[in-house]
Amino acid sequence: MLKQIEGSRAVAEAVGLSRPEVICAYPISPQTHIVEGLGELVKSGTLAPCEFINVESEFAAMSVAIGASAAGARTYTATASQGLLFMAEAIYNASGLGLPIVMTVANRAIGAPINIWNDHSDSMSQRDCGWIQLFAAHNQEALDLHIQAFKLAEELSMPVMVCMDGFILTHAYERVDMPTQAQVDAFLPPYEPRQVLDPNEPVSIGAMVGPEAFMEVRYLAHAKQLTALERIPQIAAEFAERFGRTTGGLVRSYHCEDAETIVVALGSVIGTLRDTVEELRRDGLKIGVLGIQSFRPFPLAAVRAALQGAKRVVVLEKSFSVGLGGVVSTDVRLALSGLQLSGYTVVAGLGGRAITKASLARMLREALADRLQPLTFLDLDWRIVNRQLEREGAKRRSGPVAEALLRDVGTVASKVL
Amino acid sequence: MLQVRIHGRGGQGVVTAAEMLSVAAFGQGRHAQAFPSFGSERTGAPVVAFCRIHDSEIRLREPILEPDVLLVQDPTLLHQVDVFQGLGPDGYVLINSRRSFDHLGVGEMTRRFRHDRLMTVPATEMAMKHLGRPLPGAVLLGGFAALSGLITLDAVSHAIRDKFDGRVAEGNIAAAGEAFAYVRNEMEELARAQAD
Repeated sequence: MLKQIEGSRAVAEAVGLSRPEVICAYPISPQTHIVEGLGELVKSGTLAPCEFINVESEFAAMSVAIGASAAGARTYTATASQGLLFMAEAIYNASGLGLPIVMTVANRAIGAPINIWNDHSDSMSQRDCGWIQLFAAHNQEALDLHIQAFKLAEELSMPVMVCMDGFILTHAYERVDMPTQAQVDAFLPPYEPRQVLDPNEPVSIGAMVGPEAFMEVRYLAHAKQLTALERIPQIAAEFAERFGRTTGGLVRSYHCEDAETIVVALGSVIGTLRDTVEELRRDGLKIGVLGIQSFRPFPLAAVRAALQGAKRVVVLEKSFSVGLGGVVSTDVRLALSGLQLSGYTVVAGLGGRAITKASLARMLREALADRLQPLTFLDLDWRIVNRQLEREGAKRRSGPVAEALLRDVGTVASKVL
Repeated sequence: MLQVRIHGRGGQGVVTAAEMLSVAAFGQGRHAQAFPSFGSERTGAPVVAFCRIHDSEIRLREPILEPDVLLVQDPTLLHQVDVFQGLGPDGYVLINSRRSFDHLGVGEMTRRFRHDRLMTVPATEMAMKHLGRPLPGAVLLGGFAALSGLITLDAVSHAIRDKFDGRVAEGNIAAAGEAFAYVRNEMEELARAQAD
């Protein structure tokens, strides 16, 4: 059924249709509306049987999720930013123990300086934690990915993070097609655990493992995640057959067939990129977009296959590794090993900086002329950067950076955007 | 694509108004995308929300830099924020006030826009009368329906019922209806004055 609703509400309803038995979460912007929506569904009895557990922190949220999942319950939680960092230790435990928890990450920057706006720093900081990480390009995909995530997680006995851009998607009202309970039930069978804590057949989960077997346990987790490279497209295809739309999968290309230049990106910026590329194509420029839906496991072969015909690859990412540059670009480069391609990393949208079509078009024209710096920061305000560098050069006690830059920028309340 | 930017203050229902507008457009079979300016809103602080309306899927995710429509929920913002930024010469402007553009001190700076598309409506007074609370969002949507004809009053009423229940919904619908009638009347008077 078509509905005009907020992204968070759409995700809450989709999670509800997936019949989780335990939901535990701690509120943090921009994730809050999702768990508020689920709280309402549980309280009203629309989602039953399901226990909504209020916890005192994100660390507790993931710890409760681990316990609930180990006891055989379909388990869901959601977080963002500092909340994800606060649960980091338990996140590794959830994957190390092979528990099929599904978690939404409403992507948001990490402080300091504290910032509530969108970028991908939070989930990227956990890219090596052993969870599958799927990225949604729009709210329909965010909704669909949650239903697909429970199926994938439970088949493999491995946790799945569904990443959606905070505010840009979570707080956007747009049209979504909400499936019926019967459709979701037919797609997603009841949870059948591979391992479970059962008083009638006592086992322990979570043994200490020494040097004799630790590497083997880790290898098995890797081998299992690689099998997801086959299952993710299969599940997306099965979903498409039942629900009549293609969402999820490993990667999705747009105008890549004859493209000499391909822009690689994750998340909601893919929409703006598609519009930009469509305009550039009207000027005869051979350019395409490759969206990555599955960041972990990283689809090396699919990315290579999509990019190997191009001359030039621009990785546009909302993440940044201080002291190196791109995060996504490093993985894309691995996929392109041995190929002769010009590669550019463009860091954009950090801390919620708007990524506009005009800026993207300008940057892409520079790339097409091979005038782009290998590492480019889209719309960086060099004026305030250089002013701060001058201050630091002139005076040892130059003061805190964030406060100085805010003074240089002036009041933002009077600005429209 | 029609792009609407709504300016107001935290607590006035700016974001809710953009969301209702998207629901109204959806009700008329169109694609719509509403989103806030993603600030950490505080009561009284300037707030912006956006709504795009289109006949096909909307993929663009940037803030609205060149609006076709401006709805201003608080006229005191006119001298604090450059609300007219990016508005084209054919743009629509609806300001929540009983006073004229000249009296609000923006007569000069709005000369470059089409006169028949600039309007004020006392939305807060109408909200106080029908709702008992100073929430002008839905009221301005009623006025916008009359000013532009781009959405129907009926679709606005449905959107209000989608968002609110009971007396709150009915109060908002009554206030939106009054704003619709007020703006239409103003437009007719303007047309008569021009004909004379």
